[in-house]
Amino acid sequence: MSVYEYIVRTKDLSKFYVLGGTEVRALDDVALDIRRGEYVSIMGPSGSGKSTLFNMIGGLDKPTKGTVFIDEVDMAQLTASELAFLRCRKIGYIFQTFNLIPVMTALENVTLPMVFAGLTTDDALDKGMQLLKTVGLGERYDHKPTELSGGQQQRVAIARAFANDPAIILADEPTGNLDLRTGKEIITLLKQMNEEKKVTVISATHDLKMIDVSDRVVWIRDGKIERIEERKDIELQVGQMEYEEE
Amino acid sequence: MGSVLEDVAGKRGIEKQIVLPWSRALQMTRENIFVRLGRSAITASGIFLGIAFLAAVLFGASAARLQAAIDFERLGLEHEAGELQARIIWLAAMSLVVATVGIVNSMLMSVTERYKEIGTMKCLGALDSFIVRLFLLEAGLLGILGSALGALVGAGITMLFFVGRVGGWAGILEAWVTTAVEIGGTGIPLWLCIIFSVMLGGILSILAALYPAWRAAKMAPAAALRSEF
Ligand SMILES: Nc1ncnc2c1ncn2[C@@H]1O[C@H](COP(=O)(O)OP(=O)(O)O)[C@@H](O)[C@H]1O
Ligand SMILES: [Mg+2]
Repeated sequence: MSVYEYIVRTKDLSKFYVLGGTEVRALDDVALDIRRGEYVSIMGPSGSGKSTLFNMIGGLDKPTKGTVFIDEVDMAQLTASELAFLRCRKIGYIFQTFNLIPVMTALENVTLPMVFAGLTTDDALDKGMQLLKTVGLGERYDHKPTELSGGQQQRVAIARAFANDPAIILADEPTGNLDLRTGKEIITLLKQMNEEKKVTVISATHDLKMIDVSDRVVWIRDGKIERIEERKDIELQVGQMEYEEE
Repeated sequence: MGSVLEDVAGKRGIEKQIVLPWSRALQMTRENIFVRLGRSAITASGIFLGIAFLAAVLFGASAARLQAAIDFERLGLEHEAGELQARIIWLAAMSLVVATVGIVNSMLMSVTERYKEIGTMKCLGALDSFIVRLFLLEAGLLGILGSALGALVGAGITMLFFVGRVGGWAGILEAWVTTAVEIGGTGIPLWLCIIFSVMLGGILSILAALYPAWRAAKMAPAAALRSEF
């Protein structure tokens, strides 16, 4: 049927919230297939359901109805420990607000997932330093988050997301709290990791700079997929987009 | 590349593959206590005050007995062992209850302040039990610190109060080394009293933290991450 191998599939995925008696359809029957190794951006205005989709794919919340399959396994069938295992080893999470543990140094933040995964202290420290060097922060390993700039904190968060060599990186507005230039650097870094480590990157965003590096862009609005654009369709528009942004 | 979940689905004993060694948990707890010193002090102060009061009441009773013995001897009278008044014991017990409620409150605040951190830890793979363990460790350590300090301060204040009447520091200390508190006719030495207070404080703190820690651990990660603090 298709030449692609899908790492994530959603079927009729819906999440409804009831707020003051009215039902908010944050996600409404979303069917989305994500190919192994691709860089896909989930684009949409604020409130369109991007974070809700991020939570469902990441196993951070339960859908009202519908299913998320990760490698053809129905996530709803996993026990709490299996879910924790999945979060620990298979998915790396990146957030708009960086979400580093404030009392820990950069290196301690990066090694925490490795500790959970059972690595020895020495192995974790070696790998943590290596990852911090990869994101350009080798010198700052001993700094606490408050001693780092936003861009630097996001680099630490990216290093942490890659700690256990995940198959999927899930990012929710990773450039949302960064200035234009730092945002571009972070996008470049994510793209570079996507290509070098063959990891699937799924990024929710309304940052148009992200379109540039995406293999596909999924536009969502009011909890529904509006359209999906392929790389070749995108290239035609990128020039125009950059022109608008200057 | 193999399937993302080939080693997840259907495998038993998977919780053993996600670990938080005690050494790292202790280190994290220590960092939490020192970095958030204000919050830690509030949590510890409840048990500190409770145990200080308990110590002052119990040590005070024995110091009063000591004083009575000295006075009676000077007057050439037989002295009767003064019994610790039930009312005072009640008061001390109540103060411990109040202290425990204070810890519940303070730990709940502490959990609320850290929702986002808890959500993040879960994203990194933390099991619910890790979150519970971290909060209980923190409460236990703060309880031990607070009650050790409380027992010392309680004893110190009692000494200050009685020092002029019972023949100086050496007199009290000498008596307390063998009998700091008398319960049902048996003397309990000072060191045992302090160890007992520290254990009591630690246990009460851990009990008080059970509910807050459980609540923290049970939160869905998405809800924990949404909270802005
Ligand atoms: N926990 C929640 N409770 C109630 N409503 C929610 C909750 N989370 C999201 N929503 C609502 O669902 C819709 C989609 O939200 P969200 O997924 O956060 O959008 P986005 O990330 O694209 O900005 C919004 O209308 C939002 O108000
Ligand atoms: Mg969002």
